[in-house]
Amino acid sequence: MSKRSIAQVLVGIDGNTVLFGARKIKTKLITEMHKHGLSEQVQVIETGSIGPANQGVIIGVYPAGEMYGNITEEEVVEFVQERFVKGRPYKKLLLSEKLPAGIDLTAYDSRKTQYLGRIVLDNCGKINPEDIEEYIGMRGYEALGIILKEKTSEEVIKIVRDSGLKGRGGAGFPTGLKWSFTAKVKDTPKYVICNADEGEPGTFKDRLIMEGDPHKVLEGMAICGYAIGANTGYIYIRGEYQLSIQRLEKAIKDAEKLGLLGENIFGTDFDFQVKIKIGAGSYVCGEETALLTSMEGFRGEPRFKPPFPAESGFLAKPTNINNVETFANIAPIILNGAEWFKKLGTESSSGTKVYTVLGHIKRSGLIEVPMGVTLREIIYDYAGGMSSGNFKMTQIGGTAGNLLSSEFLDVPLDFQSLKEVGYSLGSGAVLIMNETVSVVDFIKCCMKFFVHESCGKCTPCREGTRYAYEILDKISLGKGKADDIESLKLLGESMKDSSFCPFGQSAPNSLLNSLSLFPEEYNNLLIK
Amino acid sequence: MTVKEIISKYGNKRENLLQILHDIQNQNSQNYIDEEDINLLSEEMNIPISDIKGTASFYTMYSFVPRGKYIIRVCDSPPCHILGAQTIFDALEKKLGIKEGEITKDGLFTLEGTSCLGVCGVAPAMMINDEVYGNLDEEKIEKILEQIREKESK
Repeated sequence: MSKRSIAQVLVGIDGNTVLFGARKIKTKLITEMHKHGLSEQVQVIETGSIGPANQGVIIGVYPAGEMYGNITEEEVVEFVQERFVKGRPYKKLLLSEKLPAGIDLTAYDSRKTQYLGRIVLDNCGKINPEDIEEYIGMRGYEALGIILKEKTSEEVIKIVRDSGLKGRGGAGFPTGLKWSFTAKVKDTPKYVICNADEGEPGTFKDRLIMEGDPHKVLEGMAICGYAIGANTGYIYIRGEYQLSIQRLEKAIKDAEKLGLLGENIFGTDFDFQVKIKIGAGSYVCGEETALLTSMEGFRGEPRFKPPFPAESGFLAKPTNINNVETFANIAPIILNGAEWFKKLGTESSSGTKVYTVLGHIKRSGLIEVPMGVTLREIIYDYAGGMSSGNFKMTQIGGTAGNLLSSEFLDVPLDFQSLKEVGYSLGSGAVLIMNETVSVVDFIKCCMKFFVHESCGKCTPCREGTRYAYEILDKISLGKGKADDIESLKLLGESMKDSSFCPFGQSAPNSLLNSLSLFPEEYNNLLIK
Repeated sequence: MTVKEIISKYGNKRENLLQILHDIQNQNSQNYIDEEDINLLSEEMNIPISDIKGTASFYTMYSFVPRGKYIIRVCDSPPCHILGAQTIFDALEKKLGIKEGEITKDGLFTLEGTSCLGVCGVAPAMMINDEVYGNLDEEKIEKILEQIREKESK
């Protein structure tokens, strides 16, 4: 019998699946394959997140394109027996019969099979994130090689600018334009910073990007370094993200060994090294100037702008800061061109967006969809519909984001369309809630978060969050009066107008939305 | 490692203070930064004690009071909240016989609330030291605590 490889079993090992014993299952799969003499025909490969986040350990079988979930160590024996010895799908744990073309695991079982493909998560769930060779096999570091040999830094910035890529951290500032600011400044050294301080509740896309394809982030940073004239990059990552830290550390070492990072990259005179800085638990440090203060070893309080980081950032040197997802878009844009990128998404917002979808839905997890997909499509096509009850509301962009009721289900999710209705896209969290959730209780919980995380620098935010929480608490206990509602509105508007940084300015977003969308929920609780 | 050694591992520069504090806390058997270490740090790095404390207290991951060998951090952010985080927290308080921020008599556990841990797909969730636990219910908590206690009694 020929011993060539006939199938690959990919085990998604990420922060979620590790909880359900993904590593043990991988080992068990290997021993079972060995027992049946299948070790050479069926390769068991570790990969990053395959997508679903509430289906236990997820494994994919290629080339058949089957995905299985909730697999336990005990079940592996039967699974291998059924699937590989007898050769038929293991129906019990099958999550999807067939995956859509282009092996897009995230959009599985979706009616949207015309889906164009993934950019950021293209390799996630396909390659072993701890093996640099696999990344290189997917054209990894090719973009870096091309620009170093063939393009000037101005040309690189022009491509990024023409692509229309906007920052994926929340604010949506044009990336190419941002790079050009830092590139123009004469002062040296310059720094590239990757903001991986992902703390917006409900958002874990950056974690899964770093866990699933760490080299893509590093390559994006190196390209940025070349474009703006920086030789050092930092990744500021939250301390809780242990697996991301491990995989990034390994990725940096491996890339340095092959001369893809470090000195004289690709034999040119371009040097670029990447270092990791670990945060210590502070939400506000996701704001770029607070991040800089924290990186410098101080309390992570925001600084006044101007000067902008492009002129005076880390250690008062020119600094360019982008989000993890933004950097992960860079290498594909260089490889495929600005026009290709612009074809995806909407006119005002090119490309795709990675969302973490969660709450009362059937399938929570990570999805990457073109900009402009509606909330309705996300809930009913990608997330499989509501898990229980009826749709009531969604909070997009995390706790600092906006609250949407059912009338917003068909608004395209992109920067411009949301701006037109007075909203912002935010971090990528999509929290879906059914009618069991009390609006007042939910908003109170959001405000509690802000009370805890406010850095205390400015009064509107420090005091405003606390007063808002106290009033919400009073109302939720049935002790509120009609003028409390007016106070909440006034407080929210004042915080929006007068807080020092985007943290305080966005803290009352959902509160204000809820007051106009669900006034009856508040009124019902007031003393009559 | 001594405080001096930790400082030289990262370099005696202000921008390395957070990493240094992480290491100092991690090697303390009671998971905190003690007075003596702060004094040493202040002298070595030439940063006033008040400044070090002011900086460290800004961040939730550092503690100036002894903590249990296992720090239980329960997420209380909205995604976990709507799926029952409060019930989990109450159950832990009851089972451990302590309130938020307290330490069990045997010195094994400290209970803390925390902001989003980034594992919302398996909400409600908590972290015990570096380990994350998700899809929690009372039964699961019981089992997790039991496992740790068993491991410790050996």
